[in-house]
Amino acid sequence: MGIYLLRRSLIAIPTLLAISVIAFFIIQLPEGDYLDRKIQQLEEEYGDSSSLARVDELRVRYGLDKPVWQRYVIWITGFAVGNFGESFEYEREVSELVWERLLFTLVISSGSLMFTYALAIPVGIYSATNQYKLSDHILTLLSFIGMSLPSFLVALALMVFTFDIFDVPLFGLFSSYYEGAPWGWGKLGDMLTHLWVPVVVVAVNGTAGLMRIMRGNLLDVLGQPFVQTARAKGLKESVVVVKHAVRLAINPLVSILGMSLPTILSGATIVSIVLGLPTVGPLLLRALLNEDIYLAGTLIMMYSVLLVLGNLMADILLAWVDPRIRYD
Amino acid sequence: MTDEKGALQDALDEAVENVGAEVGSLSYRQLIWRRFRRNRMGLVAGALLVVAYIGALGAGFFAPYHYQRMSLETRHVGPQRLHLGGGHGLHVYGLTATRDERTMELMFVADPTKIHAVRFFARDDAGSIRLVTSDGPMYLLGTDRMGRDLLSRIVYGARVSLTVGLVGVFMSMILGSLLGTASGYWGGWADTLIQRVIELLAAFPPIPLWMALAAALPADWSSIRVYFGITVILSLISWGGLARQVRGKVLSYREQDFVMAARASGAGHWYIITRHLLPGSYSHIIVIGTLAIPGMILGETALSFLGLGIRAPMTSWGVLLEEAQRVTVLLHYPWLIFPAVPVLIVVIAYNFLGDALRDAADPYSD
Repeated sequence: MGIYLLRRSLIAIPTLLAISVIAFFIIQLPEGDYLDRKIQQLEEEYGDSSSLARVDELRVRYGLDKPVWQRYVIWITGFAVGNFGESFEYEREVSELVWERLLFTLVISSGSLMFTYALAIPVGIYSATNQYKLSDHILTLLSFIGMSLPSFLVALALMVFTFDIFDVPLFGLFSSYYEGAPWGWGKLGDMLTHLWVPVVVVAVNGTAGLMRIMRGNLLDVLGQPFVQTARAKGLKESVVVVKHAVRLAINPLVSILGMSLPTILSGATIVSIVLGLPTVGPLLLRALLNEDIYLAGTLIMMYSVLLVLGNLMADILLAWVDPRIRYD
Repeated sequence: MTDEKGALQDALDEAVENVGAEVGSLSYRQLIWRRFRRNRMGLVAGALLVVAYIGALGAGFFAPYHYQRMSLETRHVGPQRLHLGGGHGLHVYGLTATRDERTMELMFVADPTKIHAVRFFARDDAGSIRLVTSDGPMYLLGTDRMGRDLLSRIVYGARVSLTVGLVGVFMSMILGSLLGTASGYWGGWADTLIQRVIELLAAFPPIPLWMALAAALPADWSSIRVYFGITVILSLISWGGLARQVRGKVLSYREQDFVMAARASGAGHWYIITRHLLPGSYSHIIVIGTLAIPGMILGETALSFLGLGIRAPMTSWGVLLEEAQRVTVLLHYPWLIFPAVPVLIVVIAYNFLGDALRDAADPYSD
């Protein structure tokens, strides 16, 4: 097990390197660089761009005068030691900008993930044990609708709805009172009252899909002979379902865990943009549009690191849940 | 027991009767169609999608106006109601602009003294024939910030929103089945390379990757090029899953007798692949493709919603929803959220259709 995990972690390194190359080059695809855009913007607004003095000097400082591959090498070697470069737009170190946002992203994503599994498993079990009854049909229909709802629309609708009913804007992660305040219990509580909205919204798609999978798995397992044996022994139906069938039907769900992470992170990105949450999503959108290359590159890398780590954790969890799996 | 047997015999008799004189075998296709027909939801969804595509294809006829027809005097008009009777047939009331005394906002109220008849198969003010149109303002779903009819824009927007998924899936199907077959058929380093690339693509979260790629589309591209650019971007992610499935199928067929026999009788690689391996995966490919379409439609909607997708003057449901992005706008003009309705209906329909196809694709199991 230990060796397996070590090998898995080592494989993650070339993967991440390849991702960093692709991400960095995609970001550089648009013509011109940040300074070109800035000059164009200033000229459009004020008719002259002389306020942006010493363009060439800035270009040298940001390394924009060098070819792309050299820029990449400088960036990635810095990345390894936690120096992500400088954000042009914010004129700050990227590392100062990302950590807090990464934390919020992590909180929302993991919250959604927990919500997804906590809701999908029991509902899936209920649906499977009541197959083809009215409640099962209703749940099936609901899950199809849930799978089809784009999360940004749900967020939008919820925002309008709460504004209409309670007259409070749902925007952001804090009330205006706590916005710039230092951390404390009050602020934490305020955040939690705001947090459930994105958590639930992001979880909608995943919950619906997972519920269908749980239902299908459990139905497969319930048809197997050992379940019949358990029933024939005279065990209570609840014991048959929970202790015999669910125990087995849940394994594939754990291996799906790794696969559902990209969806959750994607959902969190777009929901954050709509709800104006201080997560990685809105920052990435701005950085991409402004060609703030080091910031955008770092953020995409952060996403990928989260995914790789999540997959690793899913594998560990699977090994723990299903002792039949051997790693040699 | 005897009862059961009797019922079975009855069913058999009936089946034989139904088949009638042509007692014999049903083709694979007939079996699939039989199985598919049993799924009511799938049938309804399929019919709905056919209607939607016909509507999109004939947008120039079904929409009341051209989607770019602006009318700056009637900006942000709420949905108008249809009226019947009074000797005028189907008609809408005219609009009178007033200002809200408190907010000084321009408001439109229906004016029952002005009556505009709804006409069928008539020419609109630009001279093209429309299914329904009117001489006066007839905005059944309201207008946007430039006074353009939202209903017309939704009908025209369907052309982009509905085809983006089809074109995208078509591209990823070709890419996926080509690379999947190559991967499974030849194995070796080609297989390893393709599988690594797929894994790499799966290590990107889709929306951020789409965002990065869409932001890289040059600003001076024409809308049609942007449209194809977006479909390519959307299909970049989904071909991987398809390629894996095809590879699995091809791997399972590769060593089977009929492939061996073909090879022994001197068939070339291309012949074996196109005649013996791919047909076995067709149903699989179609099912996966169908289930991938809603994701692409939502992807386009999301990208356009963020302002990274389809660009004006082209329009899509995502472009229309972009206007509804801010809560303040939505609270004032709630009808701007209407384009979300067709998105939902189409995506749900595709999910049901894909589900029904999946059940039908394997007609020998039960």
